[in-house]
Amino acid sequence: MGAAPSDAADPVALDARVEVVHQGARPFALQAHVAAGPGEVVAVLGPNGAGKTTLLRAIAGLTPLSGGRIRLGDRTLDDPALGTWVVPEQRRLGVVFQDHRLFPTMSVRENVAFPARARGMRHGAALANADAQLAHFGLTEIADRRPARISGGQAQRVALVRALASKPDLLLLDEPLAALDAQRRDTTRAELRAFVSAFAGPALLVTHDPLDALLLAGRIVVIEAGRVTQDADPATIARRPATAYVARLAGLNHYRGRVSRGGIELDGGGRLVAVDLPAPSSSGSREVLIALAPSAITVHTTRPDHGSARNVWAGRVRGIQQIADRARLDVAGPPDALVDVTPAAILDLGLTPGSAVWLSAKATEVTAYTAE
Amino acid sequence: MRTPWQLRVPAAVAAAFLVLPLVALLFRVPWLHLPDLFREPIVGEALRLSLLCATIAALLAAVTGIPLAWLLARSTGRLTGLVRALVTVPLVLPPVVGGVALLSAFGRRGLLGKPIDVVFGFSLPFTPFGVIVAETFVALPFLVLTVEGAFRTLDDGYAEAAATLGASPWFAFRRVVLPMMAPALLAGTVLAWARALGEFGATITFAGNSPGRTQTMPLAVYLAMERDPDAASALSLVMLVVCVVVLALLRGRWLTTGSAA
Repeated sequence: MGAAPSDAADPVALDARVEVVHQGARPFALQAHVAAGPGEVVAVLGPNGAGKTTLLRAIAGLTPLSGGRIRLGDRTLDDPALGTWVVPEQRRLGVVFQDHRLFPTMSVRENVAFPARARGMRHGAALANADAQLAHFGLTEIADRRPARISGGQAQRVALVRALASKPDLLLLDEPLAALDAQRRDTTRAELRAFVSAFAGPALLVTHDPLDALLLAGRIVVIEAGRVTQDADPATIARRPATAYVARLAGLNHYRGRVSRGGIELDGGGRLVAVDLPAPSSSGSREVLIALAPSAITVHTTRPDHGSARNVWAGRVRGIQQIADRARLDVAGPPDALVDVTPAAILDLGLTPGSAVWLSAKATEVTAYTAE
Repeated sequence: MRTPWQLRVPAAVAAAFLVLPLVALLFRVPWLHLPDLFREPIVGEALRLSLLCATIAALLAAVTGIPLAWLLARSTGRLTGLVRALVTVPLVLPPVVGGVALLSAFGRRGLLGKPIDVVFGFSLPFTPFGVIVAETFVALPFLVLTVEGAFRTLDDGYAEAAATLGASPWFAFRRVVLPMMAPALLAGTVLAWARALGEFGATITFAGNSPGRTQTMPLAVYLAMERDPDAASALSLVMLVVCVVVLALLRGRWLTTGSAA
């Protein structure tokens, strides 16, 4: 391609239409469109086996496309229809792998110098460059150590510095925090945020952790079973989940239904009233999705006939679970619902699995929206 | 778990069976005559020829065998399986048969040997080069199989990471794969060297037994056994010492399992 080899290339955008099909004993098909502008951090969120890592590998050039096209700026990296294929070492991207993949036979300094060495820089100059980069990120102290002798958090930072050392057009991060324990995650996540926001090009962050996606990314692409099920900003993902999977991650009750007679008839049985109903879609369908926070539902032992809640229904407690300082009830409806109460309320109301209860929720708490 | 005696007994038999003959050899060595025996030029010549040829054969096996092992470890498909099977054949073939096969290929009237002889006026058999060829032929499969096994355990991820960092496959192989595999490669090369050093059947068939030219230590030992058993034990002692010294030198650094960084 006619790409200029200059280092100070302008930041570019990624546009990846990825189709990967594997035949065989465990057939698998991924079909996803992911785009990211310069400086944009996009999280690819999905359950294990959804195809997130395959997507990242396809963009990195480690797995060939079966169909689709990957463009980075004005370069086409992969387009099977045209027979275009750029080998990984010429894609100019930085990958941080989940297991870091620091070369065990090299010191931290030599690891960071590796990209420059691979591009033909002399040994001494490459090491001097690496020292400058390590100093910039406060890693001088561990420059002489082997990867086996540094902590997980340090290895993660070194992997990031090494990926950035190749001056990539695009940054790909595969579960960058998954290898860390919970305590280190928080501090490392903050560091990672600083690193990634300083990067001028597009960054793609693959994760199965919704918190990573919400805190690090400006946009979230949800992939389930090889398909994109939602592509939106974090606030929309957290409030208006498109699928049950996203709703579970966002900690919301999620229903599907259709508008009728001023309310919503739910597909699984039951009826809810919302204040704002979405306008009918262009196809005239009145199918809607509903999100309802477990904390917005109130539990009663008798039918509440006073109060302003317009949604009242009967249910039976299936299970009780402690989540941090709250108790979460799993109540069979219809509609079924997760309900958050205080542990004291469990005792006051005498709730046990099997208890018959009444649930209520204000119409203002019921968010109804159309499926995108 | 405690070790049951049903396992301890055969294990002890096996260990004793391996150690006993070597100890017996030490008893049989005519220690007093040793200096005289070693002064015979034939001993020095055979030893020098053996070490030189085995070292060159091991290096040849490494230079060609490591790439072959890498390809076998990484490719799948019917052809790979066939090549692997063919590579294994010399491993199980009686070395004498290997020598005959080498003669049919590189002999003065062999498949390749004849055109070479016609064009260059040069023939491999019964020269020191023939010794090297015979030893390489026998040692190469050892190296390929051990090194291939090691390559299979290597995580592809490191080569992938190198590629994303801008390394060509050749650069990644030299700078990432080879250093990570160094202990296994050296172990494989040493095994090949030991096999070459002890080579007898293919060498005597293909290269003959001319003292100072193609007579290696094993050939010298065998000949000495017929006319002078004392000399044979002395020569055997030399080979034993050489092998033990090489193993001991490499053991601590390289031949231990696990990471030797």
